[in-house]
Amino acid sequence: MDTQEKIRSQVTSNPVVLYMKGSPKFPQCGFSGLAIQILQACGVKDLVAIDVLADPAIRDGIKVYANWPTIPQLYINGEFIGGSDIMRSMYEQGELQKLIETAN
Amino acid sequence: MLSANELKAYITSGLACEHIEVLGNDGQHFEAVVVSSAFFGKSMVQQHQLVYQALGDRMRSEIHALSMRTFTPEAWANSGKRI
Repeated sequence: MDTQEKIRSQVTSNPVVLYMKGSPKFPQCGFSGLAIQILQACGVKDLVAIDVLADPAIRDGIKVYANWPTIPQLYINGEFIGGSDIMRSMYEQGELQKLIETAN
Repeated sequence: MLSANELKAYITSGLACEHIEVLGNDGQHFEAVVVSSAFFGKSMVQQHQLVYQALGDRMRSEIHALSMRTFTPEAWANSGKRI
């Protein structure tokens, strides 16, 4: 399976997927840490976190997949939602909580 | 070292902006507010993609961390024009 196929499979077979640097317990970048905090504040139950630092092919491939040059990247029900700025904005407007609820 | 003013120039050379503010003085971490009528009718993801597109390969090389908020001129006026 090539990298793009692998990513497609990851985001479509799990309700909430976050591509991040490091792990939820030990994020290796401030933006990834913020993304995890926001998801936890939204009450996410079934989060699949993928550490791009552990897989260079995914780290490059995910930027192509969503035409998005930065990490973290959040996917809900297979759809690209955004990076940490968009997550924060949607959280402040109460929109992300609703999306997470539909995925929980 | 990349300055906030250089970053601002990179963005405006690729995207017509009604208003732009870029903060950050460590050469690595920047915060931007970008107001452009090109954002009209676009999702937040598409708006950020337009800024990334203006920055091109610089996002992969020079720019380590960029946090941004994007507004149409209308949304910016309604926001009270505050960062």
